[in-house]
Amino acid sequence: MKHLLSTADLSREEAIAILDIAEEMRETGTRQVKKLPALRGRTVVNLFFEDSTRTRISFEAAAKRLSADVINFSAKGSSVSKGESLKDTAQTLLAIGADAVVIRHPDSGAPARLAATDWIGLPIVNAGDGTHEHPTQALLDAFTLRRQLALREGVSPLGRGLDGLKIAIVGDILHSRVARSNLWLLNTLGASVTMVAPPTLLPVGASAWPCKISYSLDAVIESGVDAVMMLRVQGERMRAAFFPNPREYSRYWGLDDTRLKALEAKGHDTLILHPGPMNRGLEISSAAADSPASMVLEQVTNGVAVRMASLYMLLSGDLI
Amino acid sequence: MKYLIRQAAVLGGQATDVLIIDGKIAQLGELSDAEATVIEAAGLVLLPGLVDPHTHLREPGREDAETVETGSQAAARGGYTAVHAMANSTPVADNAGVVEQVYELGRKAGWVDVRPVGAVTVGLGGQQLSEIGAMADSRAKVRMFSDDGICVSDPLLMRRALEYVKAFDGVIAQHAQEPRLTEGAQMNEGEVSAVLGMTGWPAVAEESIIARDVLLAEHVGARLHVCHVSTAGSVEIIRWAKARGIAVTAEVTPHHLLLTDEKVKTFDPVYKVNPPLRREEDVLALRAGVADGTIDVIGTDHAPHPSEAKDCEWGVAAMGMTGLETALSIVQHTLVQTGLLSWADVARITSFTPAKIGSLADQGRPIAVGEPANLTLVDPAARWIVDPFTMATKGRNSPFAGMELPGAVRATFFHGHPTVLDGALATPRVAND
Repeated sequence: MKHLLSTADLSREEAIAILDIAEEMRETGTRQVKKLPALRGRTVVNLFFEDSTRTRISFEAAAKRLSADVINFSAKGSSVSKGESLKDTAQTLLAIGADAVVIRHPDSGAPARLAATDWIGLPIVNAGDGTHEHPTQALLDAFTLRRQLALREGVSPLGRGLDGLKIAIVGDILHSRVARSNLWLLNTLGASVTMVAPPTLLPVGASAWPCKISYSLDAVIESGVDAVMMLRVQGERMRAAFFPNPREYSRYWGLDDTRLKALEAKGHDTLILHPGPMNRGLEISSAAADSPASMVLEQVTNGVAVRMASLYMLLSGDLI
Repeated sequence: MKYLIRQAAVLGGQATDVLIIDGKIAQLGELSDAEATVIEAAGLVLLPGLVDPHTHLREPGREDAETVETGSQAAARGGYTAVHAMANSTPVADNAGVVEQVYELGRKAGWVDVRPVGAVTVGLGGQQLSEIGAMADSRAKVRMFSDDGICVSDPLLMRRALEYVKAFDGVIAQHAQEPRLTEGAQMNEGEVSAVLGMTGWPAVAEESIIARDVLLAEHVGARLHVCHVSTAGSVEIIRWAKARGIAVTAEVTPHHLLLTDEKVKTFDPVYKVNPPLRREEDVLALRAGVADGTIDVIGTDHAPHPSEAKDCEWGVAAMGMTGLETALSIVQHTLVQTGLLSWADVARITSFTPAKIGSLADQGRPIAVGEPANLTLVDPAARWIVDPFTMATKGRNSPFAGMELPGAVRATFFHGHPTVLDGALATPRVAND
């Protein structure tokens, strides 16, 4: 693995290997001394062109637990509006002595561009690019699902996929890099996916995706699912007439208390995931967010483990 | 000067000798002339000099991207003897002063006829008609008017423009792009944009404007030219309009005849262009549209950019591709070698018809005695690998870089003067008028 740009690039074997290493990493997180010496002397740069405290501190914690040095570079907005090109910024980081770049960028494809050009020859981790992909989020979601189900069955999660699971991804699919990365990875791991959204928030062309598409969250809940992944609804979507108003969105596509009861009534032990930050009362009710089925904080914990595994695989040689 | 082109296949047909004297075709047949410079052309196809209805020469204003000189050199190398220079320069070519400046720069450069296109609206602002009459009456004799790069989206303004240019035998060349439907658009809207998470550019944004404009042209009895048609649906609408007798002509670019939105998966901005690369179905429909005459002409939409405008991430990259030096090869590759067109058809879509649309009297003429010697010699058997760094244009943004293409321009005669010989730039013509 040279870069981590898209979950579509991962084979089943590679994906499971990352998840397995993440399991080991997660164990170290429960120890009193959480640090491993694996990346001592290496420098990881978090290059964030978009505000994202959560993802950045998760990557920062991951790198530090592997004993890497971390440089945080924040530049809100596009590189051009800042007056420096992405190429120059990247080459500056190379000159400073970076060994890997974790990049979040508002433009779809910016990490892939960084990886494909001769600007820098460093491993690139995509920490979210535009509305394209967010592969470590998908990996941590898959990790969380796999781990919970293994715990429930009393077996080891190691070496397993997500075969036969039914997953619903609900909300603003059109603008969601999380949805895209999850779609590819869940398919690779053997799960079947249903995208649930108002038609305005599904891309034209989604009909070619390897998933089912539904406009009715109620029908999907009724059909029985192993997990629902609720997506954040961005404020700017409301202003751009994708739906009439927040109340109507919540009424049809929110995981409200009534739907939470319907989920519980199915007796399916459906897990509830959300990549955060949550809009309580909009796409998810407080009762759902705080319910025993909610994986929200578990996802955050697992995010560090998955990002440790990703950095480890990219920087400490060729395990695959 | 006298030139004797020996054994050239005229429009791909019978091999003939062509004697050029003082800028005109003096004789055709089995010829000999001891004083003439002989150009051996056995195996080569002789075409009328190519006429591009759609070129961006960037001067005045963006001489770092291209100048009239370098752009017209690129044109000559591509087999062109005339280009229409689009109006989106800085300042905008929306008055007689700017169009005369561009015209003069072209004349002094001496590589091709540079025919400025006038802006439809002041500053391409879409608010107020520019001085169309003054530009038509200027030394540049502008006949084509376009806000290219920006759509004349206001329906009333478009109606007025179509009506007004009738007084000057002009034509409006529309860049068909509904602005509201393409806000923030980065690439064709479809299966690929869905995967890449890029804001889509729906086909309907082009087709709805074309549908509106052909109806407006019919209503006011005016001539409409549709720039760079890119979708299957647009071809259908134009086919319908022509069947109805509406005076519409349409253009397609070489890149839309070959490349698809699959290329965007590389995220390499060399493939970022307006209108965007579409689907395979669209490419095939465009080729069919050229074959059945729905699409009249090839327009390169040659759009050079400095390297920093493309050596960046997709979202901030400039839109456009170079095209003058690859156009004929792409036409041969996509239309001749596929059996859709003959070389006589190629002459029609690259020279005869574009010259008529632009009202260029000395261009796109038959290869016949007494006609101006604007001629291009093509070696259809040649194959070459596209290297943007060996091109005459300043732009290095060719989407065909690294591809092997058929057909090479061996010589270009511009009013009887060889601007290209042995496949390389020769000398400019010194204007004596």
